[in-house]
Amino acid sequence: MKQETAQPKKVIGYIENGGIKAVPHNLAVDFRRNKAIYFMCIPIIVWYIIFCYWPMAGIVMAFQRFAPAKGIWGSPWIGFDNFTNFFTGPYFVRLLRNTAVLGILDLLVNFPAPILFALLLNEVKAAKFKKVVQTISYMPYFISMVVICGLIVDFTKSGGVISNVVASITGGESQNLLGNPNYFRPIFILSGTWQGVGYGSIIYLAALSGVDQELYEAAVVDGAGRWKQTIHITIPSILPTVIIMLIMRMGSVLQVASDKVLLLYSPATYEKADVISTYVYRVGLQNYDYGYSTAVGLFNSIVGTALLLTTNAISKKYSETSLF
Amino acid sequence: MMVVKKTVGGRIFTVFNTLFMLFMCVICFVPILHVFWASISDPALVETSSGILLRPLGDLSLNAYKIILRYKGIWTGYKNTIFYVIAQCLITGILTVIAGYVLSRKRFRYRNSIMMFLAFTMLFNGGMIPTYMVVKNLHLLDTYWACLIPGAMSVFYIIIMRTAIQGIPDSLEESARLDGAGEFTVMFRVILPLCKATFAVIILFIAVGKWNSWFDALLYLPQDKSKYPLQMYMREILINNDTSATQNPSVGELMDNAQLYKTLVKYGSIIVSTVPILCVYPFVQKYFVTGVMVGSVKG
Repeated sequence: MKQETAQPKKVIGYIENGGIKAVPHNLAVDFRRNKAIYFMCIPIIVWYIIFCYWPMAGIVMAFQRFAPAKGIWGSPWIGFDNFTNFFTGPYFVRLLRNTAVLGILDLLVNFPAPILFALLLNEVKAAKFKKVVQTISYMPYFISMVVICGLIVDFTKSGGVISNVVASITGGESQNLLGNPNYFRPIFILSGTWQGVGYGSIIYLAALSGVDQELYEAAVVDGAGRWKQTIHITIPSILPTVIIMLIMRMGSVLQVASDKVLLLYSPATYEKADVISTYVYRVGLQNYDYGYSTAVGLFNSIVGTALLLTTNAISKKYSETSLF
Repeated sequence: MMVVKKTVGGRIFTVFNTLFMLFMCVICFVPILHVFWASISDPALVETSSGILLRPLGDLSLNAYKIILRYKGIWTGYKNTIFYVIAQCLITGILTVIAGYVLSRKRFRYRNSIMMFLAFTMLFNGGMIPTYMVVKNLHLLDTYWACLIPGAMSVFYIIIMRTAIQGIPDSLEESARLDGAGEFTVMFRVILPLCKATFAVIILFIAVGKWNSWFDALLYLPQDKSKYPLQMYMREILINNDTSATQNPSVGELMDNAQLYKTLVKYGSIIVSTVPILCVYPFVQKYFVTGVMVGSVKG
């Protein structure tokens, strides 16, 4: 009893949920007490409404023959025509295939690469050398995408370093690899490995450093060699991290780095390189077909969201780790 | 101390592993080194050479850099990028602290509803074109704001900030309140100093991201090149192969050689635009390590 009467006297506004115990929530009272909090919310909420929710409303353009001059209210409604045009159009299969192939290849190659690198780096016992290797391997991550792509363009041009290597392997002439659709995927994926392998290994190295060293000592006593130690101690102990990272990665498998594609592709390689998001950019901002490109973009984000929810649900069921 | 017998296989592995690590270092480092050596080499020799340069070819010359010095684009880009980085750190930094603070106040009844409201945007968004239309309708296109405001907040940073603030005991705020501190004093003088490590990580993420960003400029600065960040000029030079702006008459005697120096100008501009970040990253990388950890744990 004493405590309950003491409660309202407590310094203004420390009660959970902004109310007074046993008194129904009163917005006016709460507002008076936490005025500053409410005011601080305003810029945050306004920004999210304008830059996240207003664009969601703009999705109605996907169902219109949108003309900027007429705006959303004046443009004629055409139902699902934009979607039908996309699905039956000449590029649908190509775009879907390219997006899926690049996304899945990226997952297959660039997901395990940092794990492998971390495992190998973990075997390096000289602490200084390890530190130096780590620092240098992070470097490509900090270089801007534009410069990375500039390097790729230069190294794969006719007479470029990589082109010459490829030419000597295949026995052909040194050619501009980026102009050849068949080389686009390897270039895209492997340059991603180069850029991301060091930085991606951070999380696994952290997990590895947390492994109890006594386990290794015990294993040595039992006569386990390095290989056995890796199989039976190291890998099982980083497995939870690997699974979480895999789940997170699966959800965004179709979100191919469109800015990189945009920098590297050319009409000559659209056949293998053009992905949905770059198509949206071209159709919308270069051909000004806003309605149609919004429809294509909506298709992409619905598939993406569905994928994210699915992987999240699966992970919730089987591993008890989930994003939300 | 127990003596561990080294097996032959173990030794072979150690040798190969060390070699592999050296190889990794070379692979990561050599492209930039190659670009640097090429940029100070004899342009004619660079054109005909094949393979990685491990030293400059021919006579050392800084002519490429002299041409770059006269190229206004790079310096306009530099100036703009520095402005964008500082402005974005201020805007996003302050908004993130406010959001993290508000959303971690237990006495704020609507904190979870607002968090849901923000988090939903991670799941689904309007997409490129509708967002572009919003920026256009707000008449932000071709203004400095266009590169700052649409990317002003990120749920990811807000979650990291909120988590850090939640770790601070409520009693600290209470005692500050008893001493008569107002909401902003509590936020900036009590709470923020206690999570400055997290705040520093967020600022670093913002700064590096902004230094390297170009896509927002491509979308939202369709006409006004004078507001381009550095990376957009780099794109013109490296990807669009447009070094025409470097061939301006004031370059004088070098102008005749502008075509000759075209490749070297590319290399030189890579060095000029990348050196700042390469000088800084070894010192800030440990903060990024923390950031990656926090981010992945909280998802």
